[in-house]
Amino acid sequence: MTDRAVASGTGREVGRSRLRKEDARLVTGQTTWTDNIQVAGLLHLAVLRSPMAHARVTRVDVAPALERPGVLAAFSGADLAEGLGSLPCAWPVTEDIVLPDHPPIAVEEVRYAGDPVAVVVARDRYAAADALEAIDVDYEPLPPVLDLEEALAEGAPLVHSDKGTNRCYTWPLATGESFAAVRERAEVTVRRRYHQQRLIPNAMEPRAVVVTPLAASGEYTVYSATQIPHILRIMLATVTGIPEHKLRVVAPDVGGGFGSKLQVYGEEVLALAVARRLGRPVKWTESRSEGCLATHHGRGMIQDIEVAATREGRLLGLKVDLLADMGAYLMLVTPGIPILGAFMYPAIYKMDSYEFNCTGVFTTRTPTDAYRGAGRPEATFAIERIMDELAAELDLDPVELRRRNWIRHEEFPYTTIAGLTYDSGDYEAATAKALALFDYDGLRAEQRERAGRGDPVRLGIGVSTFTEMCGLAPSRVLRDLRYGAGGWEAASIRMLPTGKVEVVTGTSPHGQGHETCWSQIAADVLGVPFEDVEVLHGDTRSSPQGMDTYGSRSLAVGGEAVHRAATTVVDKARKVAAHLLEASEQDLEFREGVFSVKGSPEARRSIQEIAFEAFTNHDLPDGVEPSINAEHVVDPENFSFPHGTHLCAVEVDTETGLTRIRSYVCVDDVGHVVNPMIVEGQVHGGLAQGIAQALYEEAVYDDEGNLVSGSMAEYLVPSAADLPEFVTDRTETPASSNALGVKGVGEAGTIASTPAVVNAVVDALRPLGVHDVRMPCTPERVWRAVREATA
Amino acid sequence: MIPPAFEYARPETVEEAVRLLGEAGEEAKVLAGGQSLLPLLRLRLAFPELVVDVGRIPGLRGVREDGGTLVIGALTTHHDVIHDPLVRRHAGLLAEATATVADPAVRHRGTLGGSLAHADPAGDLAAIVLALDGELVAAGPGGRRTVPAREFFVDYLQTSLSPDELLVEVRLPKADGWGFAYEKFHRVAQSWAIVGVAALVRREDGHIAEARVGLTNMGATPLRAAAAEAALAGADGPDAVARAARSAAEGTRPGRDASAAPDYRTHLARVLTERAVLTAAGMG
Repeated sequence: MTDRAVASGTGREVGRSRLRKEDARLVTGQTTWTDNIQVAGLLHLAVLRSPMAHARVTRVDVAPALERPGVLAAFSGADLAEGLGSLPCAWPVTEDIVLPDHPPIAVEEVRYAGDPVAVVVARDRYAAADALEAIDVDYEPLPPVLDLEEALAEGAPLVHSDKGTNRCYTWPLATGESFAAVRERAEVTVRRRYHQQRLIPNAMEPRAVVVTPLAASGEYTVYSATQIPHILRIMLATVTGIPEHKLRVVAPDVGGGFGSKLQVYGEEVLALAVARRLGRPVKWTESRSEGCLATHHGRGMIQDIEVAATREGRLLGLKVDLLADMGAYLMLVTPGIPILGAFMYPAIYKMDSYEFNCTGVFTTRTPTDAYRGAGRPEATFAIERIMDELAAELDLDPVELRRRNWIRHEEFPYTTIAGLTYDSGDYEAATAKALALFDYDGLRAEQRERAGRGDPVRLGIGVSTFTEMCGLAPSRVLRDLRYGAGGWEAASIRMLPTGKVEVVTGTSPHGQGHETCWSQIAADVLGVPFEDVEVLHGDTRSSPQGMDTYGSRSLAVGGEAVHRAATTVVDKARKVAAHLLEASEQDLEFREGVFSVKGSPEARRSIQEIAFEAFTNHDLPDGVEPSINAEHVVDPENFSFPHGTHLCAVEVDTETGLTRIRSYVCVDDVGHVVNPMIVEGQVHGGLAQGIAQALYEEAVYDDEGNLVSGSMAEYLVPSAADLPEFVTDRTETPASSNALGVKGVGEAGTIASTPAVVNAVVDALRPLGVHDVRMPCTPERVWRAVREATA
Repeated sequence: MIPPAFEYARPETVEEAVRLLGEAGEEAKVLAGGQSLLPLLRLRLAFPELVVDVGRIPGLRGVREDGGTLVIGALTTHHDVIHDPLVRRHAGLLAEATATVADPAVRHRGTLGGSLAHADPAGDLAAIVLALDGELVAAGPGGRRTVPAREFFVDYLQTSLSPDELLVEVRLPKADGWGFAYEKFHRVAQSWAIVGVAALVRREDGHIAEARVGLTNMGATPLRAAAAEAALAGADGPDAVARAARSAAEGTRPGRDASAAPDYRTHLARVLTERAVLTAAGMG
């Protein structure tokens, strides 16, 4: 399937649905989840959190907690403030961004329900949890700030009173003709407001951290359930003042993240600070309820979107105004999330004008940050929703409207109005395949028939022709966006003397299956058995260089680094082989892991033999180092642009408001595929999460700013029982930005599915006069929408 | 998610359990399958001083017949209820509704008696036992007493059990010949009912001779839709059922929570009553 990837090897692995080599330990739990780590003398940390959204902390008395059995120490924010800096924000998106101080533990003021105010350290976690109740805190209530528009009004109460405003930043982008001009000549305009509800990421494994200090040498090992051990190491050094070379950060096996573990959390800093203070190892593990409150949330935006078009349905321009809920503080990449979306609103469509404006707003709620898709699902939702509205306005089939506007396959590479250059894609092919699998015409006929006979259960059909940008990211683009780091990725390959292979990657898998895929790539290039490859990751000692895992970047950037490092190993081995076989390099063939001389196949050396030769260094060519190991750092030239066509049919019971997904078809183009089964799994999980936003999940706050959906009894994560059978298929248009031709698949399903589902719900109800249902489209909301429209 | 400290006792007999409960008074909680109590403990919403684990007491598990009555031990798990041939034959409504409770893991541990004694109005089984005109047998210091289901559920999470009483049996008159249906309306498979409607219908000569309708989550306790039941008597077809179902929420006071507002619950009760009765009557 990936001819370039396998050019030097055997080609047996890439493209094959290998069972994941990491699964035996992951699914049985017989592995080092952070919470499984036991160390002699381990102490347990528990965190007391603000029960109020906004208050001045006038007194924290931890003394009574010290009286409790098993308690060794307790600290207030003030006790720990010295020596701790602010939690970092690495993406100050504008020069004049308001960047508030973010202490890892509140000192004078709490700004969201869940903000830490004190910690207890005890011999076991039961004692620690019990002792929290003994801590006395006096709060002087301050007004909560919850509504994004009211927060910006004159005289609104302030989240950060020292900053004088709740406006965090305003980030504009305008390209092409002015929108006012195209609106002037447009025959049709459609304007809508969409709400991106807040979502709680809910990774299967809660956050956890263990810190073990080596007092004598001033070294610390931090084990954390994180997506970003490398970035965390740098940031922990910055926040705590512990020199970077004295910090080792390990992400052991990590059970999911969805972006929520792309973060530098207060608890990581607190565990390190307490371990430093006490000289004892410390563990903290989040409860699910704590996770709802204090792990960052996703989404949280109000989107005003307007399109201008001709009567024939040609898009002229697009205008987007966002209010983005930052929450109480700016965390690692909080302000940048909506900006990642800024480039995606024009999606796959051609147009003459694009104006985008985003205002970040502080509220007294849990900070927001990356959540599966991070800015791109929001953008895709808004454009795909309004495309359906425009189609309705023009009385056009929504698929036909898209066809009239999308970039045709012969137009690639295509620079969009937002300034991205899409290198490849074939929207026609993916859409044609999806329509056929879905039986689009048949379902449309049934829809008309049911509406015609007044069936209270309406059929609705939703489409989403999405694209996204992933493979984050060209470092110079990140510089231009004021992001604080680069977007490269590192890999190295160690050829062990016995012929086995270690692949060291800078990516940090937390469920994705990198060990399997990287083994497949390396096995093919090196011509060694899949089983002979071990992938090392997530430990800054064994994998010293990396940019970690998020943004569907790992394969397109990190996999590419593995591929290049492996290619270099073969090149180095070729020199040694030529010497040993007394032939010129040009006369050597390399096939299935064996060098042979063209025309004399009996003269052979396997790459494993070369590895041993390099180890002994008994007979290497002069001037050649005794190693065929290689490392590579790849900085991508461009993003990659997966795309696809998703079609959803729903049955909406207009009497109860219940939506049932009847069928779901998606055809994704993620470029070449290393492991089809893993791609399939990513698509399924992604669909589940995108459908969850459309129908089920919402972080709900009351008027005081308390999180009402603070447990999984109220925050409804759908299970397999709630989801339909997915029909998935693919087209393969290779990416040109990496030699593997891969694009990334971690977020595609989530990005594409939310608008497909909501479009279907609205499509079912449109004949009744319903033009929108706010997400999640709960039965009650659907019922009310129908009632209002038919009243 | 760590419970507050509590004492733990595991009595071997009903008498010992009753004695322990009597000594602790209001401060004790009974642990059966643990599917309601443990989450409450872990969320620190309950602070009992003593947890009395009755799970090992023999004789409280299983289903038997007693003439025209089905007797189900309080510790019978949901899973066993669902698959019990006697329950399926004589109280099919209970089997059908129990199959909608939570998820397989919960159904393998949770018990019928525990669910009823917990008396969560959003729980499915209370309305079922109410609709089946069931009775509950409590063991106390003075022996056993039998309480009709109508008198058992007193208020939100409150039953007429006194602190020193243990629910030991559920007695259900056999509902042979009655049609039944349970319409549970919930957002995801594992979530509680927003509203649930249990219908039992006895037909004669093509019309409904008698109907019983139990309501889940339409107030602080499980309820019978008395007005709808009265209106259903004599109903001879779908239109009559639909008319009768309009009174399904009469006399109820549904609450407001994260999943629904009262007017929506009222609406759902009517729609679901119509559907449940039509199914139960074979008119759907």
